[in-house]
Amino acid sequence: MAEEFWRWTESRWHDPDIDWKKGQVVSAGVDVGSVSSQAVVMVDGRLYCYSNTRTGSNSPDSAVKAMGMALEGTDLTIDDLPYTVGTGYGRVNVPFGQRAITEIACHGRGANFMYGPSIRTVLDMGGQDCKAIHVDEKGKVTNFLMNDKCAAGTGRGMEVFADLLGVSINDVGELSLKVEEEPEPVSSTCVVFAKSEASGLLRAGWPKEKVLAAYSSAMAHRVAGLLERIGVEPDFGITGGIAKNVGVVTRLEKEIGIKSLQSKYDSQIAGALGAALFAEALIKKGAKK
Amino acid sequence: MLANYGYKDGSGEFFITIDTDRCNGCGDCVPACPAGAFEVAEEDPNDPLREEPVALIGEAQRKKLKYACAQCKPASSRPPLPCVEACKAGAIAHSW
Repeated sequence: MAEEFWRWTESRWHDPDIDWKKGQVVSAGVDVGSVSSQAVVMVDGRLYCYSNTRTGSNSPDSAVKAMGMALEGTDLTIDDLPYTVGTGYGRVNVPFGQRAITEIACHGRGANFMYGPSIRTVLDMGGQDCKAIHVDEKGKVTNFLMNDKCAAGTGRGMEVFADLLGVSINDVGELSLKVEEEPEPVSSTCVVFAKSEASGLLRAGWPKEKVLAAYSSAMAHRVAGLLERIGVEPDFGITGGIAKNVGVVTRLEKEIGIKSLQSKYDSQIAGALGAALFAEALIKKGAKK
Repeated sequence: MLANYGYKDGSGEFFITIDTDRCNGCGDCVPACPAGAFEVAEEDPNDPLREEPVALIGEAQRKKLKYACAQCKPASSRPPLPCVEACKAGAIAHSW
């Protein structure tokens, strides 16, 4: 069977030092996105466990799979979860969820947790959409802009290139930086046209890293344009899968002139984290299953 | 909160911004728009803690604003936009 270059590795983690049974408030969040799904469980405002999985064709199954994977290795079960908030495209299809909250609000809160209260501008480069969000010190959204019509600047765009070049999606970022001189960006940010242009460049003898550099440049430029529509106020942080693409991130930082903050948490869990934080706030207000 | 609804694609950038701090959910924009782009939601989907209703751009037209708004934006001598005029709170703005 042909290797699937666009398939990135799923992951899970839990904190072995936290005993959820001793916690006051256990809350859960699930982000069922177009490409990836994450589940997060928090105990008293601390991250207890999370998972990062590929969304399948069935939303409810994806939510269950993500939560099951997050809880693996712990003695917590889905039925034990007191309150779960769903977010992402599949938020209304979380069978064990109590409430759905859109990903804009969840990413704002999640980024505030992941990057700290100094964060003011969040860029989420997701599987099929791109969002620019301004938040205040509490993670409340004050300005947002989402582009979900166009694949340029999204994970899907990068997956197309990984597949075209036969490079694993996990490696595209690093590889794009192995160029001695930065080439001109591809002239179209449209993934359809960029792919045909890239095919032409490959036939003309361009090595893979040069093509990747050209595309990453175009992607960074495109996303910078979206960000500039609402303005970039420091501190700036990136969430979503493309935050792991060092090639796009460094080019973007160069273009907007601001470095993004680093977080010890996986950039893809921001939505689910925010959802779990909303769940915690709702539990404290008396919400029950 | 400034809610920017719309998109950017190969043909350009088309966003309608609703300032939810000014919007009181009165709904005057809904009948004013000949394309039916506006809706009023009891619960703001992007602000779970907001208590008032809020106007938003509905899914039917959100990704087609270039075409939805074209009828109010002739190539020359553009009259004031009906939605902007209808909103007494001045919460609506167009990016093009």
